[in-house]
Amino acid sequence: MSAFAATQADFAQALTNPAQPVPIGLTTTDGRNDPLRFAVYRNNVFVGLTQALAKRFPVTRRLVGEEFFAGMARVYADAEKPASPLLFRYGDTFPDFIATFPPAASLPYLADLARLETALTRAYHAADVAPLGLDVLSAIAPDTLPRTVLLPHPSAAQLVSAWPVGTIWAAHQGEIVGTVASRAAETVIVARPVMDVGVHVVPANHAGFSAAVFEGATLGDAAARALDSDAAFDFGAALVGLVSLGAFSAVRLNGEEA
Amino acid sequence: MNRQTLALALAGSLSAALSAAAFAAPLSPEQMSGKEKCYGVALAGQNDCAAGPGTTCAGTSTMDYQGNAWKAVPAGTCTTMNIDGHMGSLEPM
Repeated sequence: MSAFAATQADFAQALTNPAQPVPIGLTTTDGRNDPLRFAVYRNNVFVGLTQALAKRFPVTRRLVGEEFFAGMARVYADAEKPASPLLFRYGDTFPDFIATFPPAASLPYLADLARLETALTRAYHAADVAPLGLDVLSAIAPDTLPRTVLLPHPSAAQLVSAWPVGTIWAAHQGEIVGTVASRAAETVIVARPVMDVGVHVVPANHAGFSAAVFEGATLGDAAARALDSDAAFDFGAALVGLVSLGAFSAVRLNGEEA
Repeated sequence: MNRQTLALALAGSLSAALSAAAFAAPLSPEQMSGKEKCYGVALAGQNDCAAGPGTTCAGTSTMDYQGNAWKAVPAGTCTTMNIDGHMGSLEPM
């Protein structure tokens, strides 16, 4: 390691660990080694990271309150530093952290709510790709339809939750928090087919089909499973509905390369 | 249901749904921007919020009070939000 690289490594280590002394050789213009000046940098690291989380998780923050959020974000930032220089990616693992964070255990839906918020940011910054159109569906030959697999759009994410996360999220989009009428599980699809990020709650009787299609099951397998649990399952309505959300970009036949 | 029957049933169901949709064309911009009625429950959000952090250049003047006592009890809208007659603090099912 070059002397400069060693200095940089010392600096980075001391920056996030207040127990470490100010790196040797780091001085003010009068030659002093100034812990107070260095503390400014330490402060900026954590304030920057916790504020980045506050920006990315506005509903999570509202749910728990500013003070709790700041504390929780601080513990996370201590353990997880950004893996990318793109700050909007910071916090991809925050939902997993929340799920195991004991003080948040009284809000069992909080981790999924945070997952929904990470999906929104990812959708916003995902690659622009034309979504799959209904014309492609109508051109599929009947005998190949069961072997067809849908490829999710780069912006699309599906969140299968045991909680009404979509409704809770929507209840927090206005100044006054709305009422959540049911505790029922929700499957939520986030996608940005063109310019706007869409958030959609999948009809409950299509949720299993939607989950299977998103996971790469063939349409035949996904439909057979759905029909097993619900003889009245409407395959056409579910497929046309899902595709019209702009959540898929292409079709391929099972066994063929994408 | 054997494979052939399933294939025909699925194709019939899809074709019925496509004609119900009354078009078989790529999505129009209105549909894709959510301005038209969409499948499922479309939830309205503030789209600019989806950009996330790092997309503006606000400076940092806040103090990180890491040494301060931290109230480890969620105290936001979860204390007032009504989920199916329950407050937002719920016991895991």
